[in-house]
Amino acid sequence: MSELSASSFAPIEAHQQTQVISRPSLSYWQDAWIRLKANKRALVSLYIVIGLLLFTIAGPLVWQVDPAIQDIEQISQPPGTDRGATIVPDYEPWFSTQGLPGSGLRLAEPANSQTVRMQWDALPGANGHRVYRNLFPVGSELAYGIPLAEFLNNDTLYFEDRLDLQPGRFYYSVVALDARGQITDQYQSLTVDLERVTTLQEALERGLIDTADNIQIGDEIELAWHPLGTDYLGRDLLARLMAGARVSLFIGIGAPFLFVLFGVVYGSAAGFMGGRADQLMMRFADFVVALPFLLFMILFKIAFGIGPGESGVFPMLVAMVVLLWPATARLVRGQILQIREQGYISASQLLGANTSYLIMRHMIPNTLGVVLVTVTFAIPSAIFTEAFLSFIGMGVAPPTPSWGSMSNEGIKTMLTTPHELFFPALFISFTVLAFNLLGDGLRDALDARMRNVE
Amino acid sequence: MLSYILKRLAQGILTVWFIATATFFAMHNVPGDPLTNDRAMTDITRANLEAKYGLDQPITTQYLIFLRNLSRGDFGISFVQENREVNDIIREHFPVSAILGVLAVIFAATGGVLFGALTALYRNRFPDYLIMFLVIMGISVPSFVVAALSQLSLVTFNNLIGFTVLPVAGWGTILHMLVPALVLGLSTMAYLTRLMRSSMLEVTSSDYVRTAKSKGVPATRIFTRHQLRNAILPVVTVLGPAIAAITTGGFVVELVFAIPGLGRYFVEAVQQLDYTVIMGTTVFYGAFLVFMVIIVDVVYGLIDPRVRMET
Repeated sequence: MSELSASSFAPIEAHQQTQVISRPSLSYWQDAWIRLKANKRALVSLYIVIGLLLFTIAGPLVWQVDPAIQDIEQISQPPGTDRGATIVPDYEPWFSTQGLPGSGLRLAEPANSQTVRMQWDALPGANGHRVYRNLFPVGSELAYGIPLAEFLNNDTLYFEDRLDLQPGRFYYSVVALDARGQITDQYQSLTVDLERVTTLQEALERGLIDTADNIQIGDEIELAWHPLGTDYLGRDLLARLMAGARVSLFIGIGAPFLFVLFGVVYGSAAGFMGGRADQLMMRFADFVVALPFLLFMILFKIAFGIGPGESGVFPMLVAMVVLLWPATARLVRGQILQIREQGYISASQLLGANTSYLIMRHMIPNTLGVVLVTVTFAIPSAIFTEAFLSFIGMGVAPPTPSWGSMSNEGIKTMLTTPHELFFPALFISFTVLAFNLLGDGLRDALDARMRNVE
Repeated sequence: MLSYILKRLAQGILTVWFIATATFFAMHNVPGDPLTNDRAMTDITRANLEAKYGLDQPITTQYLIFLRNLSRGDFGISFVQENREVNDIIREHFPVSAILGVLAVIFAATGGVLFGALTALYRNRFPDYLIMFLVIMGISVPSFVVAALSQLSLVTFNNLIGFTVLPVAGWGTILHMLVPALVLGLSTMAYLTRLMRSSMLEVTSSDYVRTAKSKGVPATRIFTRHQLRNAILPVVTVLGPAIAAITTGGFVVELVFAIPGLGRYFVEAVQQLDYTVIMGTTVFYGAFLVFMVIIVDVVYGLIDPRVRMET
């Protein structure tokens, strides 16, 4: 045991501060922003969303191509195809009377995307011929392709094809017909590679060349550049994706914003009033929730009707707002009821706060986080709904592009030109993904109860 | 319990009435009408046809007639396919959609619970990351793309094998149903997986699991008896809305896979402005969904008695 001295009984030094606030105090939003910044996935998603908005708003300023203009020389071209085209003379009708050298099915002149001219000798035992064209070899199943022409005698032994010609490989067949005009198994086939050509006049009209350039027939020029290729009508896919982004994002962001706003007003009104009015208002919300959503989207859309020249974006927006507000209203009402019972509200009231101060200072800021999360999660589902409706042909009216209607068009030619489906589908997926991950991040950052749950 | 069920049923009937009313008035605002579809007709023919279908009555009378017929379960006669009852159409095509929907719900629920439990079990390890990546994909890729891609890969697969293992489109045998049902249930499965995962994680850190652990209960028993049973509750709650989403979401799958279901029929009826078929299908679907949700709620009430006290 140690000795006790007088110094042991001296009063210890008094501390001025018992507690020191070691970190600066953060507001709710500052705290949320720090948490969001720490979440890498959410941050990347935020950048993607900003990029999408830039693509939609600033994109058409950079890439000034009219999404409605058709480039007939380049239909359904995937990105990165050869754009060279040879200048040929203007088209003139062709009639072949004298036989050309050679035998069997043969070309009268080199085939190009303007015209394919062919000639053949009468097949043995034929009373006439039918000409077919296919994208694939005839093969053992005798798949000739689409019939192009039929001649019921042996006088005409030539044919000129101008039907929807595209640069690439075609398989032409001539099949002998019997006396009754039925096809027999006598046929001849020819593989034709088409060269891309254009005329001087067309090149001038499209602004591909200048009169000063002194381009002659036989020269090679470059057709217009389409970075993401073209669709089945020869429209520039990048320009259409930008125009489609306007529609898809307008509905995708506009509709959630509006119905959440309505839901907040409705829900907070119900929550404040309480009692019978609250009961009645919530019962009505329950009814609206029970309406089968997609069926009523379609019903409302046809009830509004789309006049000629209208895109149908506005009716879709209204229908979404009318059908989707109750979820937010419920949520906000629940929040308001909860906040009303909180201690800090009573404390504030005791200190003399009036109703409007309570609403502005406590109620709204405290529900804002939840509401923001709701909006973020509502955006992807609104984008999906638009895409879905446009896909089944109940969405925006053509020619207005939207990602959904572009996918709808692209899916029909999925096997031959997958890029027409791929790009719009990619944009939809990326947008939905970004908003979903951003929503997750916002929820973690803003909603304390959901933290650490994932 | 009985009073709870009765109360929910009464609410359900009121809701169906609301759906019917909304459908009726929405339909009567549609510009154009089914009688002007294709053939030109004289005024007298038109008046006769309007009288036949009751279109010459004032709208309130039409509404009352509609409600009276509805209470008898009679949806009327199709405008486009003459003399064909809407009830017949529903009777013929709804079972197809229902089977597809039930299969999809089974896929979604079993898959969601299984994968959700797996991710929680392997939290922050490879299976968790893999499944959550797939879940994110399932949520982000639109159903029509999934449908088209699965059809495409099915074609390639069948070609590779040399004979048709699973048919690409159409309806009839169980083999026709598997892929469409899987595609239909995919997004719901993804959603349920996420839900199951978070609810599993919550349960894992609860007191009763810790108690069970400290008592020396085997891990498998804790997993099946304590974690799974409690974590499954939120999944059951969202099954009602999930069934709703799946049955109406069937449109796309029915279109892509050429399945003769009610969804495809509805889209056709809308294109042809077939009033009675549209109204009939909407009200029927609405009623179906309402009672589905009620059944799920009642089942939930049986599992978890706390719910009954609240309402």
